Amino acid sequence: MLEPISISMASLNFPALLPMAILAVGALGIICIDLMVKGLTKSFYTMVTVLLIILDFGAVVGYNGSIRGFFDVMLVDGIAQIAQIIILVASAFFVPLSLGQRQFKEYEMAEYYALFLFMIVGFQFMVASDNLILIFLGLETSSLALYTLIALHNRNKAFEAAIKYFTMGALAAGFYALSALIFYALTGSVEIHQIEEVLIQRDFEPLLGILAGTVFMLGAIGFKISLVPFHTWTPDVYEGSSSPLAGYMSIVPKIAGFVVAMRLFEMLVLSGVVWLEYILYGIVVLTMTVSNLTALVQEDVKRMLAFSSIAHAGSMMAAILIGTTQANTALFLYWTLFMFTNLGAFTLLWAVRHEKNLWDERYQHPFSKFSGMVKIMPTTATIMGVFMFALAGMPPFSVFWGKLYLISAAVNSQFIGLAIIIVVNSAIAVYYYMKLVIYMFLKEPVNNDASIFATNTSTPLKVIVGFATMMTLFAIVFVEPLLNMITKYVVASGF
Amino acid sequence: MDHILSLLVFFPAMAGLLGFLVAKESIKVYGISVSAIEFFLSIILWIGFDGSNAGYQFVEYYPFIPSYGMSYYLGVDGISLFLVILSTFITMIAFIALSIKDEIKNLIISVLFLEMTMVGVFLILDVIWFYAFWELSLVPMLYIIGAWGSAQRLYAAIKFFLYTFAGSVLMLVGILYIAFLYHDATGIWSFALPDWYRLQMPFDTQLLLFGAFFLAFAIKVPMFPFHTWLPYAHGQAPTIGSIILAAVLLKMGSYGFVRFSLPLFPDASVYFLYPIAIISIIMVIYAAMVAYAQEDMKQVIAYSSISHMGIVVLGTFAMNAEGITGSIFLMLSHGIVSGALFMLVGVIYDRRHTKLMRDFGGLATVMPGFATVYGIMLMASVGLPLTIGFVGEFLSLAGFYKVNWIMTLLAGSGIILGAVYMLTLYKKSFFGEVTHEDNKTLKDLNAKELTALIPLVALVVILGVYPKPILTTIDMSVKKMLVLLEKKAIDPHTSEFIINVNRIGGTK
Repeated sequence: MLEPISISMASLNFPALLPMAILAVGALGIICIDLMVKGLTKSFYTMVTVLLIILDFGAVVGYNGSIRGFFDVMLVDGIAQIAQIIILVASAFFVPLSLGQRQFKEYEMAEYYALFLFMIVGFQFMVASDNLILIFLGLETSSLALYTLIALHNRNKAFEAAIKYFTMGALAAGFYALSALIFYALTGSVEIHQIEEVLIQRDFEPLLGILAGTVFMLGAIGFKISLVPFHTWTPDVYEGSSSPLAGYMSIVPKIAGFVVAMRLFEMLVLSGVVWLEYILYGIVVLTMTVSNLTALVQEDVKRMLAFSSIAHAGSMMAAILIGTTQANTALFLYWTLFMFTNLGAFTLLWAVRHEKNLWDERYQHPFSKFSGMVKIMPTTATIMGVFMFALAGMPPFSVFWGKLYLISAAVNSQFIGLAIIIVVNSAIAVYYYMKLVIYMFLKEPVNNDASIFATNTSTPLKVIVGFATMMTLFAIVFVEPLLNMITKYVVASGF
Repeated sequence: MDHILSLLVFFPAMAGLLGFLVAKESIKVYGISVSAIEFFLSIILWIGFDGSNAGYQFVEYYPFIPSYGMSYYLGVDGISLFLVILSTFITMIAFIALSIKDEIKNLIISVLFLEMTMVGVFLILDVIWFYAFWELSLVPMLYIIGAWGSAQRLYAAIKFFLYTFAGSVLMLVGILYIAFLYHDATGIWSFALPDWYRLQMPFDTQLLLFGAFFLAFAIKVPMFPFHTWLPYAHGQAPTIGSIILAAVLLKMGSYGFVRFSLPLFPDASVYFLYPIAIISIIMVIYAAMVAYAQEDMKQVIAYSSISHMGIVVLGTFAMNAEGITGSIFLMLSHGIVSGALFMLVGVIYDRRHTKLMRDFGGLATVMPGFATVYGIMLMASVGLPLTIGFVGEFLSLAGFYKVNWIMTLLAGSGIILGAVYMLTLYKKSFFGEVTHEDNKTLKDLNAKELTALIPLVALVVILGVYPKPILTTIDMSVKKMLVLLEKKAIDPHTSEFIINVNRIGGTK
């Protein structure tokens, strides 16, 4: 006979689930509305989605219950909070990118918005748990939704991208399941903190088992956050997806992946298992260097940005390798600042999109497209230039402060070699960011007609670009409060 | 006068932003007016400057990321005062002489932003902000060279940018490492330079950090063998770019030596003294020889810049009051003279669209006014006594004489070589018969060019005859820094060396 389960409602701590519930119910609601009322425009769906995200944001920020919830599988600690905040803010800015001038099929479908919301729910579960199974569920929910969203773009390249992402993602999911299985076999638990306890008790024996578990996990997480050598999908998928989704992919899935990596790998790195540190060190250096070198030879701005986002992910992994409080703070600071700048850059690409490939048969956004842009659209060119210099880590623009704090974390923990590798890489990186600046500012325009750049430009897009520009330009002003807030959250959760 | 330094730094940037709203027809006058106001502000700064106070004046301090020790910290002392005035003055003069017509609005706005970064580098005392201004100064220059330069401008602009950017990234690691050491020693995060001055670092650490900073400064100066970007940048840049590059941007590097390398790492500076002196001598002689071999007038002046910067670095590393004061004065005089020379090349280029010496000859008969001004500037560049060039060069060499007289002799030969290539240039271009038809109808200097050039000529002569007001102010702050150096050195030999080279009679 099974014991009757009796658990008090209070101990389940439902408020911990509230943020995800809001979006999940909201997504179902959107589908129902679509069934009942025909012919609603994309502006309606977009704004409802944004409102739901805002509600969710309120629920996340306002949460002050215990950090455990729902049979202890939920873990709403500081980094879960801050990661959810980043995810929601980024989502709230990327959804309205559907409000471009041109009509795209996917934005007319209610399913697009429902899937988008389900995807966010998945990410939220990923970051707000230390149960390997719930993380897996979150990972898969979000990934499956994302594959579909990419394919909804309804271009040949988009199908190709979705299939590519899906196949590789399936492999990564397999890796993840295998790794979770190994950890369960070793320790009898799927909760990271219990795994940690048992492993410490056993003095990290058997080493071979832990090695296998870690390597599989690195494969799975590495795929999600596009570390070299698991990065090969990134440029193709970014190129195939619409610019808003590509920009979204460069930020949100990665921050979710970083949080999982942070929970898992920092435990393992701090255990003093030396080879693990070497593996991570190697991956960090490879990720930054290989992607930067590959980015140098790209002919398409979107692909260049894809490789650049891989390189930035490499710096983030460096923060996880360093593993101090300052490094973890740097990770979130960096990613928040990077979010606004990347948002701006991808939105601009979206705004200047033209339905035909006028400049190059192969690419949608070749460098030559931006040739002499300063003479045609000086403001757009200047703003894009600011984004490029910010991504390159040029002071005093946004990403510089994240980079500064990260390098400082490295220096303070005696990772001088790593610090030097990071700065040398940013010296390499400046070349490809500058390439776009050079095309825009120093070359002669190919086509003097400003209207072909403006087919998709609309007021909402302009507002978003303007906001991203402000955040990038005046990052100096809010770095201090942001830093304090992030430090508070990170310290509170003991990282 | 409380916020005059902030005003000095950000006024040009503000003007640059507002400049977007000014119509294209009046933008040049707008540029001149703004730069004149800025120059006027810097003169007010000089008037208000207390000549008997060797420390930082007009200090402005606001914490800005207090949890991590960053602040907005401005201050001016004798070392930086005249470099600021030089920056504002040269910008104004360069605007007056500006002859570019197309896309002039973008040009003026970028020069105004450039002015902000130049003044900022010299006035800021918080090292992170210093780094920010330092890096930011590359962007407008990239645009100026790349957009208004001659045929190979893209290559030159990219090379300039990448070279200098790559050079300074290690400096960032160095900066963060010093902050870490400071935090280790005091328990406080700080990026304020005056705080760092009080920090004593172990010898080995000093050597590494000195290296990290040296690379950034050496590329900017530029020191041999990192000088290869300069001839391209100068060769391709428009006149206004060359003027500002030679007159001010190069000085950032040598200013860095005085402001950072010496006081932060006294032991390492003395340790590396001879290698650096040898590099400087190579710069002086090698660049002079290369200058002699050039056919392009602008390249001659570009290489002569490298040669003169060699003496600046040599004087800085003499580690005594004469040497350092002399080298700072030489920075000023080289700024004025090379700025003027590039402007003169610009004048003739506007008329003939060539800079090659073989296309000229006999210009003295056609353009007597131009030839006179050119001659004066040339003599000042060579270092003729009673011109501005002589004072700094003489003091720098006299300073280093106390360290090593043989090396000083070798470096002094640069003056002779300088006379050789400069006079050859003058002979080829100005003397003899007018051989080219085009040259016979050239017009002499017009009113606009005279307005720009006459103040420069006046300065060359006045400061050449009576440099004392400037020298005493610089000297005071330099001496204060030397006392700090001597006290701070952890190796007793370093202190002994500094005392010796500052004693009358030299090392014994």
